[in-house]
This record gives sequence, C-alpha cells and structure tokens, in this order.
Amino acid sequence: MKILVPVKRVVDYNVKVRVKADQSDVDLANVKMDINPFCDIAVEEAVRLKEQGVATEIVVVSIGEAKAEEQIRRAMAIGADRGILITTEAPASSLTVAKLLKAIVAEEEPGLVILGKQSIDTDNNQTGQMLGALTGMPQGTFASKVEVADNKVNVTREIDGGLQTVGLTLPAIVTTDLRLNEPRYVKLPDIMKAKRKPLDKKTPADYGVEEKRSVTTLNVAPPAEREAGITVSSVEELVEKLKNEAKVLS
Amino acid sequence: MSILVIAEHNNSELAPVTRNVVAAAQQIGGDIHVLVAGKSTDSVAEEAAKITGVTKVLNSVADHYEHALAENLSNLVASVASDYGHVLAAATTTGKNFMPRVAALMDVEQVSEIIAVESADTFKRPIYAGNAIATVQSADPIKVLTVRGTAFEPAGLDGSASIESLAAQEDAGISEFVGEELAVSDRPELTAAGVVVSGGRGMQNGDNFELLYKVADKLGAAVGASRAAVDEGFVPNDMQVGQTGKIVAPELYIAVGISGQIQHLAGMKDSKVIVAINKDEEAPIFQVADYGLVADLFEALPELEKAL
Ligand SMILES: Cc1cc2nc3c(=O)[nH]c(=O)nc-3n(C[C@H](O)[C@H](O)[C@H](O)COP(=O)(O)OP(=O)(O)OC[C@H]3O[C@@H](n4cnc5c(N)ncnc54)[C@H](O)[C@@H]3O)c2cc1C
Ligand SMILES: Nc1ncnc2c1ncn2[C@@H]1O[C@H](COP(=O)(O)O)[C@@H](O)[C@H]1O
Repeated sequence: MKILVPVKRVVDYNVKVRVKADQSDVDLANVKMDINPFCDIAVEEAVRLKEQGVATEIVVVSIGEAKAEEQIRRAMAIGADRGILITTEAPASSLTVAKLLKAIVAEEEPGLVILGKQSIDTDNNQTGQMLGALTGMPQGTFASKVEVADNKVNVTREIDGGLQTVGLTLPAIVTTDLRLNEPRYVKLPDIMKAKRKPLDKKTPADYGVEEKRSVTTLNVAPPAEREAGITVSSVEELVEKLKNEAKVLS
Repeated sequence: MSILVIAEHNNSELAPVTRNVVAAAQQIGGDIHVLVAGKSTDSVAEEAAKITGVTKVLNSVADHYEHALAENLSNLVASVASDYGHVLAAATTTGKNFMPRVAALMDVEQVSEIIAVESADTFKRPIYAGNAIATVQSADPIKVLTVRGTAFEPAGLDGSASIESLAAQEDAGISEFVGEELAVSDRPELTAAGVVVSGGRGMQNGDNFELLYKVADKLGAAVGASRAAVDEGFVPNDMQVGQTGKIVAPELYIAVGISGQIQHLAGMKDSKVIVAINKDEEAPIFQVADYGLVADLFEALPELEKAL
C-alpha cells in the first residue's frame, strides 16, 4: 500500500510572530521556518507503517514556495521515498490545496493519505476533511491511534468528550493529533541520503487546478494586550484580592 | 438569505454551544434555521425550537446520524446548503470534523473559528495561535463558518420555532462508529465553566491532580491541563486547553505548574481574571496573569483549598 503525506512549511512553533506595522499580515522576514508539527507526526506515522510492513511506499507532497523543498527533504530523511513539490504564486487556500491533492490521489492511488490536523499558521483545520469530500474518501480526523487491517483502518480520535474510534474503508484519510506518536530526530547521514531521493517539481497548472482565493484578508492586527498584573506574596493575599479586588470569589 | 445553524447534541440533549452559534448567526442577520440530525432527536429539536431568533428547525432522523459521522452529516448538510447564504456550526471537534467537508462539497472555502462578525461577509478569526487576529472577507455564495463559542454570549430561550422533518440522505457506507470512551465527570464542562483550574507538567503525576480537584470542587470549577500534562499521561486528552485543544474564557482561570507557552496561552488568555501559581518567577505565564504567586504548588494548593 502506498501512503501519501502532504506536509506544509510553516513558521517554527517556538517563534512568537509579530504583526507588520501596516497591519497587512504577520512579519515573516528572517523568521525560522520548519515543517508543521502535525505534518511531522504524519510523516512519522507513515514511516512506522512502512517499518511494520503495512506500507510499501511513502510519497510526500508540499504546496507553496520553492523553499518547501527543505520540508520535503526532511520528510525523506525520516523515511519518505519520493517527493512532489508544487510551487504556487501565493500561499494556497485549504480548498486549493485539497484540489491539488485530489489530482495527486487520482495519479498515485494511495491507500492512505495522512495529513496534519491543523496548520499552526492559519489554524485552519480543513484540508484533510476537504480532500475527503472531493475524493469521496472517509476520514479519521484528530487521530491518536491508527490500526490498518485487511481493507480497513480503525482510527481512534481525540474528541471533546474523550476518545472515539471509527472504522474506515480504504482508501481513507487520517489527520494526526499530538498523541499519535513522537517523531524521531533526523540524523545527519539520513539528511545526506535524502538529497538523492527523487523529487518532482510541478505547478498547479500541471494538474489543471486554478489558483484562486475567495476569502481575502483585509487586516491583521495584534491581539488585545492584557494589562500588567501584580505579584501576591501569599495564598492568603491571593484569596483576599480575588474576593475584594477582582470580585470573582464570594 | 437565511442562515443555517447545525445543532450539536448527544441525541437526547442539545449542546449549549449551539446557542452561542445562534448568537453569531443573529449578528449576521436573517432568518435562522437550525438543523438537528441524529437518531431519535425529537427532544433535541424541541429544545432548539426554543432558542431566541430561530424560526425553523429541520429534524433529520436516521440511525446513521447517531454518531455525527462526517461523511454522512456533510452529505445531509450539503443537500440543503444551497438554500442558505450562511452555514454555521460550533468550532468543536464535531464541527471541525464535518464542516470542511460541507464547504468542499459546495466548492467554497471555510472560514474557521470566527470570534467576531463584522458584517454578513466579513469576520475576525485568530491565526498563529492567537498571536494575530485576521479580518477576512468571503466572496463565496455560501459562507461556511465555524464559530468559537466562547466569543459569543449564548442566545436566549424564548423562541418558538416550527419543527419540520428533513429527509435523511443514504448512509455513505464508508465509515462506521466502532466505540467510544467518554470522560465522566460531575464537574462543569470546561468550555462553559465559570471557573477553570488547570495543571501542567509541574503537577508531576496524575495522582497529584487530586490537589487540584479538591480546589476545583470548592470553587465549582472545571479542571483543565496543559499539553505536557496530557502527553505525560497525568490526565486524559479532553482536558487539554490551548491552540490545538479546548478554548476557554471563564471568569477565573487558575494555572498551576504551567509555564505559559504560546500554545497554552492561545486557549485561555481571553479569561477575565488569570491567576498563575508557579515556582519559577521567570515563567511566561506571569506575563498574562492578573495575580501571580511564586510558590511551590505542593504547598500552595493545600493552603488554597483551606482558604476557600
Ligand atoms: C503543534 C503544537 C501544539 C501544541 N498545542 C498545545 C495546546 O493545545 N495546549 C498546551 O498547553 N500546549 C500545547 N503545546 C505545547 C506547548 O508548546 C508547551 O510545551 C506546553 O504547554 C508545556 O506545558 P507545561 O507548561 O505544563 O510544561 P512546562 O513548560 O514543562 O512547564 C512546567 C512548569 O511547572 C513549573 N513547576 C514545576 N514544578 C513546580 C512546583 N512544584 N510548583 C510550582 N510550579 C512548578 C515550572 O516552573 C514550569 O514553569 C503544543 C505544542 C506544539 C508543538
Ligand atoms: N500547502 C500545503 N502543502 C502541503 N500540505 C498542506 C498544505 N496545506 C495544508 N496541508 C496539509 O493539511 C494539513 C492541515 O492543514 P490546514 O487545513 O491548513 O490546517 C496540514 O497539516 C498538511 O498535512
């Protein structure tokens, strides 16, 4: 079985991004970029399924700027076999990404597509589900456990009330949550080896997908600042302040 | 154009967050219909009919709607969505699961987790873990939106909408419910609680959470956790507060043994009053705290329990 893993290049999760002075967007000049953490978990899961003999080949795809090759190479260093890089003029919407992925699914016919549950930049949490609708595939989102057996996959999902397990007919879509696995560290020799793995470079036009956006950003503002607080010296003082100053306790 | 709100429920009761979503719909303006899909949901439909501002409830009953499987629910919503200008659901794990499928079936983009309605086509939403707030405008003929419940006061309950049944779509037959492990707790639900007490890695293990539960019970509070506390197995995943967990905005939030990384702050910094208890005075949580107590939690928590 082939596994397709879409990975996104995003700002490093440790960076506290700032808004540009003209409020047109956040300022990403000279900011460290990395693979979206949920995509890292997706790659790790695919590699583990290959190590278990469930998967035979792992194809990674990234859509965005040419530098996203770095994130594809990283996925290859972890164990992906082959990459597809689709460069776009501007960051693609989740719907456009899903349409491009649909075209790749038609070409590659993977048994599983494993995506992150959410990009940590746009915080969209949409792409996997959209791909499901476009391809007619079932989905197991927010996965903390994935078990493939016969022609099915059981996915345990982290939901607001606890955990839910769904059974999906393959081919299927999985989106990863934090507890699915702990991604391994990338080793230097593997990074060297990854440089020689095959990478196809494409554009949306190659797939007959138009780059368009129906949701436009009018303004990006910093969030409301909280007023500076105070330090209390004891539990007693804390309770007194909560009662008499903040009036949140009676 | 009318607005369609997808109800969240457990087949017997309407989830309160549905009223927050209706409140967002009221700000958009227009006739508001609520869709209830489930297995024997007559009582849920009746509850939905009482929400202020709702004029019609569509009740769609079928066994294969019992667990809100995304494949089935999205097909049902898509079967009526073109009658509406907006389709809204809560940005809960249920709404996040099926709504993007609805958007893709209608060939429109989704605007995720809105926190404000500026006009019928313009909304505010947090991006980058809440480090920025984007104002976005949608040119799509149908606006598919998920709504952050804590950002909207719940709509009232003095409505009397009509209830109509809506024909179910066929079972997509590609997914099935296998089982669930739901957390049982007598404490209030995290996202709706007036007081939340959360523990982090500093709690050291699951047993020590007893110290927090005792304080929470005195306050009638819900208990939350940081990602680290969940990853370490101290507490279950449904307690995680943050960018990729639950969003809370109580009157009072008490963070105990939590450092305050941006991903955690994203889930709680809209709380009215924030208290931090941490032994490291440099911990970033103190930057958002109204009241900071630099102390060892193993001393402070029992004292706090006594003082309440
Ligand atoms: C993709 C992604 C998504 C994430 N999503 C979330 C999310 O939704 N929610 C979330 O919370 N995190 C999330 N995180 C993780 C986040 O970055 C932090 O790692 C996490 O919040 C840290 O948890 P913590 O504060 O409990 O642990 P730590 O950072 O280890 O802090 C523990 C704190 O406890 C204090 N402490 C220790 N012992 C005591 C004591 N005896 N008394 C008093 N204080 C004590 C320490 O001083 C320290 O400040 C995410 C990370 C990534 C990469
Ligand atoms: N530009 C992209 N290139 C590759 N994969 C993407 C891209 N955008 C989103 N994805 C995938 O979809 C997941 C969810 O993203 P989103 O819906 O944007 O929150 C990510 O974790 C990726 O697996």
